[in-house]
Amino acid sequence: MIEMKDVYMTYPNGVVALNGINVKIKQGEFVYIVGPSGAGKSTFTKMLFREEIPTKGTVTVNHTDTTKLKWREVPHFRRNVGVVFQDFRLLPKLTVYENIAFALEVIEVAPKQIRERVLQVLDQVGLKNKARFIPDELSGGEQQRVTIARAIVNKPSLLIADEPTGNLDPETSWGIMKILEDINASGTTVLMATHSKEIVNTIKKRVIAIEDGVIVRDEHRGEYGYEI
Amino acid sequence: MKFRTLGRHIKEGAKNTWRNGWMTVASVGAVTTTLILVGVFLVLMLNLNHIADELEQDVQIKALVSLTTEEEDISTIEENIENIRGIDEIEFLTKEEELANLVESFGEQGQAWELYEQDNPLNDVFVISATDPQDTERIAQEIEGIDHIDRVNYGQEYVDTLFQFNNYARNVGLVLIVALVFTAIFLISNTIKITILARKKEIGIMKLVGATNSFIRLPFFVEGLLLGILGSLVPIGIILGGYYYLTQNLVVFQEFNFIKILPFFPFALQVAAIIIGIGATIGVWGSLMSVRKFLKV
Ligand SMILES: Nc1ncnc2c1ncn2[C@@H]1O[C@H](COP(=O)(O)OP(=O)(O)OP(=O)(O)O)[C@@H](O)[C@H]1O
Ligand SMILES: [Mg+2]
Repeated sequence: MIEMKDVYMTYPNGVVALNGINVKIKQGEFVYIVGPSGAGKSTFTKMLFREEIPTKGTVTVNHTDTTKLKWREVPHFRRNVGVVFQDFRLLPKLTVYENIAFALEVIEVAPKQIRERVLQVLDQVGLKNKARFIPDELSGGEQQRVTIARAIVNKPSLLIADEPTGNLDPETSWGIMKILEDINASGTTVLMATHSKEIVNTIKKRVIAIEDGVIVRDEHRGEYGYEI
Repeated sequence: MKFRTLGRHIKEGAKNTWRNGWMTVASVGAVTTTLILVGVFLVLMLNLNHIADELEQDVQIKALVSLTTEEEDISTIEENIENIRGIDEIEFLTKEEELANLVESFGEQGQAWELYEQDNPLNDVFVISATDPQDTERIAQEIEGIDHIDRVNYGQEYVDTLFQFNNYARNVGLVLIVALVFTAIFLISNTIKITILARKKEIGIMKLVGATNSFIRLPFFVEGLLLGILGSLVPIGIILGGYYYLTQNLVVFQEFNFIKILPFFPFALQVAAIIIGIGATIGVWGSLMSVRKFLKV
């Protein structure tokens, strides 16, 4: 479902973030992206929801070549990709329920369907009893669960998580991982950039290691492979 | 866009307008000032042009027949005039008829002229009107060359001066208005920029989850439109009220056929429609300007 061919990415300031990436990821896979800081992990993920387009090469997601997408087509393309960040990016004045519903409202889903779906994902991430809370009233782990719920509420076939546990303590992180595994088990492809050695080495999945914009390692049931 | 979400956009737009407080006041104020000027200018220009047109239609050439002319020469003169190209009507008035007209046109005060009935100082005249008012000057010159014609009078010079003044006033007004329109657009786009910056996070999430660009833009579009329309309310009030007052109080002059301004209906309503149209355009333009810059995909 994901294919990158000879992908190079140079930012306008001249920084080369990706330096010839070739990779294929099948539907339903769970993939860790690891590597030192500044290696190009986030840039790699940005290619997949067309936050950036490569300066050279092609990125295909769900049979769509993102480099050929017209700007009008980008929104519809993104509806099939869920994204979660380290900084939760929730709207502080909206409740948990409203934050998740927002993602469906702005793509003009019918109100009845919105209600149904939001309650469903709230249940999935275990936050049914916190639906009326605002983000400030939640712990970091709970906030991250809200953003995951928001990312999957439209049933995307691909979920991208850029250091989803980066701001969380180890114990909370396991809870998040459990949810991501569940989502993956239901058929969604999950791509997770991470610095967590414990997670990668405990929950064994495919590991893609990037250094200086190049894939240096790609192993099934791989190890984190870096100290710290 | 779905009709269901239109209400949401309007609500969002209205909320933004309200939240921007002083910037909203400033941009609405700029639109108001601009549109008052546009309104007054329109009313003035259209009326001046109307008056000039009317006057031009009425322009007549008066050819004064010299006092020494024999009666049998009159028909020769008339034939000569008739041969000139572009003549609509010719009327011959004896000096007695001229005096009677004069006495009548002055009403009460005209009595004084009756003294002249014994020793009439006026000439016999031909009153000529041109088919096309533009030809008046040429025809007047040709008539002047005919034998036994003393002098030719016509009001064209006054009309020309009025037209010239109108052109000049229009140019000055247009420059002023264009400058004001751009100031208003600039202020509106700045007001909307504030909203956009305040909602950066929200917009970021909308883009992330795949909201279409038109969906993201619409509330800002609504905000601009609202600012423009709010700004046109006071000007429309002033124009409608002021023009109504004017039409009521100029009646006195109208009786003397002195000035004929355009009637309140439908003229004032047309001007009001133009004002609200320009207001809406300014608002939408301002919003498009800031939205385009900030909401690039
Ligand atoms: N928007 C940008 N403009 C310019 N340069 C950028 C931009 N984003 C990232 N970079 C640069 O590109 C390189 C790769 O950055 P990237 O964020 O992909 O690294 P990363 O592997 O995600 O790092 P980290 O583990 O710290 O998150 C870095 O040198 C970074 O400075
Ligand atoms: Mg990163």
